[in-house]
Amino acid sequence: MSWFEKLMPSRISTEKRTRSVPEGVWIKCQECDAQLYRTELERNLYVCPKCDYHMRIGARRRLEYFLDPDSQQEIAASLESRDPLRFKDSKKYKDRISQAQKKTGEKDALVAVTGTLHSRPVVACAFEFAFMGGSMGSVVGERFCRAARHSAENKMPLISFSASGGARMQEALFSLLQMAKTSAALAVLGDMRVPYVSVLTDPTTGGVSASLAMLGDVNIAEPKALIGFAGPRVIEQTVGQRLPEGFQRSEFLLDHGTVDMIVDRRELREQVADLLAKFEHRPRPVS
Amino acid sequence: MVKRFTTRWTHQYSLVGSLGLGRMDLKFLDFEQPIAELEAKIEELRFVGDDSEISINEEVARLKGKSAALTKSIFSKLGAWQIAQIARHPMRPYTNDYLGYFAPDFQELHGDRMYADDPAIVSGVGRLDGRSVMFIGHQKGRDTKERVRRNYGMPKPEGYRKAQRMMKMAEKFSMPIVTLIDTPGADPGIGAEERGQSEAIAHSLYLMAGLRTPIISVVIGEGGSGGALAIGVGDRLLMLQYAVYSVISPEGCASILWKSAEKAEEAAEAMRITAGSLEDFGFVDEILPEPLGGAHRDPAAAAEVVRNALLHHLEQLDRLDIDQLLEERQRRIAGFGQYKE
Repeated sequence: MSWFEKLMPSRISTEKRTRSVPEGVWIKCQECDAQLYRTELERNLYVCPKCDYHMRIGARRRLEYFLDPDSQQEIAASLESRDPLRFKDSKKYKDRISQAQKKTGEKDALVAVTGTLHSRPVVACAFEFAFMGGSMGSVVGERFCRAARHSAENKMPLISFSASGGARMQEALFSLLQMAKTSAALAVLGDMRVPYVSVLTDPTTGGVSASLAMLGDVNIAEPKALIGFAGPRVIEQTVGQRLPEGFQRSEFLLDHGTVDMIVDRRELREQVADLLAKFEHRPRPVS
Repeated sequence: MVKRFTTRWTHQYSLVGSLGLGRMDLKFLDFEQPIAELEAKIEELRFVGDDSEISINEEVARLKGKSAALTKSIFSKLGAWQIAQIARHPMRPYTNDYLGYFAPDFQELHGDRMYADDPAIVSGVGRLDGRSVMFIGHQKGRDTKERVRRNYGMPKPEGYRKAQRMMKMAEKFSMPIVTLIDTPGADPGIGAEERGQSEAIAHSLYLMAGLRTPIISVVIGEGGSGGALAIGVGDRLLMLQYAVYSVISPEGCASILWKSAEKAEEAAEAMRITAGSLEDFGFVDEILPEPLGGAHRDPAAAAEVVRNALLHHLEQLDRLDIDQLLEERQRRIAGFGQYKE
């Protein structure tokens, strides 16, 4: 945060910030320890210029990087959680939500928009991992389904960027059933023969991985993203041994036939645009 | 043919073996201890038997009445965690037990045609009151050896892919699908990850949403998260009275949110995992009452209740043509969730 922003009361500040990436002028790459200049990193879409490590980025930034500039319109922005169980563990779920809202500036863990990709209208949605671990509850499920419906009704391809620990425990069975709900919405989309591209980013596990994230006509992973059903700690506890290096990383999934391709973040726009163009029998989009 | 009879025989045998040994072997749970003590007394008196001078029959009858009343009173105010214990009771009837009762001509069909047969899921064709039905259910093991073989009822990707194959077959031959849910969850092992556990579950959800045949699911024991849901999407969801259904096990939830697995009881309450709570939320269409003390006290009676409920709901679904059925299913699934605009 700059000194000027610090002086501004937060209510007036309109810029929505995601904290997936540490603040400051210099940022250290978690992978190669290189000290990186922030503006340079931003220009490089938060991919380390030294070692190509893909840092986690927030939902807004993700969509901004992916879609044509100034083309976005949000879908179902007003939806908010109702805390149907009045859930309380060491903290109230309500408080966790408002905390997450303050921290991320988002109402919940998924942002869905319409926009254009190389001028082709599309629907895109992205998980906000900083919002309660990108967990999927009723709002995430409903937003995703509305995005899918918009996509089906207007025959606009759907692209989703997942980053999630899975279902949101505080909504218990409500959240589990979002797996069924989002998958059913994709089944309708599939019947309409509208393309759906799922981009799996670091990390995608649990209920999100076991529903919408794996159901792409094409599943794309960012390099070295952690992707799996069970989290590595759970597996380690279950099998009682350390997991091999690279287990559940994108390259492992590619080897095992779970994802179609691994695409560098800086090439995502072009690659997805060209894929969609082929599915829709259009010439290669010009950038 | 021979094989079928063999399995049927072992199956009968295992029931006799597990249930025919008298009340002492009912494996009482912690909160059932007062009942266990009474039952022990009754058993003792029986042993004393006729060679005693006093008439024991009267005393036995009195104690039996007391035991039933006590059971009723304890079972009328069970907490979610206690119900979870009943749902996981080692003697609770499993899929194969139910099939033995209400679909005696069940033929098990094996394998996903790609990799393996997963014994944690049992599937095949049978008849329910004369009509052909595709049955798919989780199967836990009764003894240690079988538990290991069936992986404690935790399916691997090949299990879900086998289920998908059966579902498509059911659609092809216009058979309704009945699924029996009883799993701690999908297998969280290395092999499962290698073979795409996530994809297998996701694809099942996708398939069931649009399958052109009626689907009824019954939670007969543990409804463990995505591993349960993967065979649990359809037109009806029924739950046995002491079954549970949750997004994560109470222990798992407790260790993440309370940072201690010992808070499982609190987590079980907070997540509202019981049939009653889930019916209040509109997820469950009917709660199937269990015999006093739980389904394991009288598996035949429990099976009869399940059978009748299945017939009732199948008949209801028969009245819809397929397009209507699918429309209602889609509306049902799309309605899951609570939010404000």
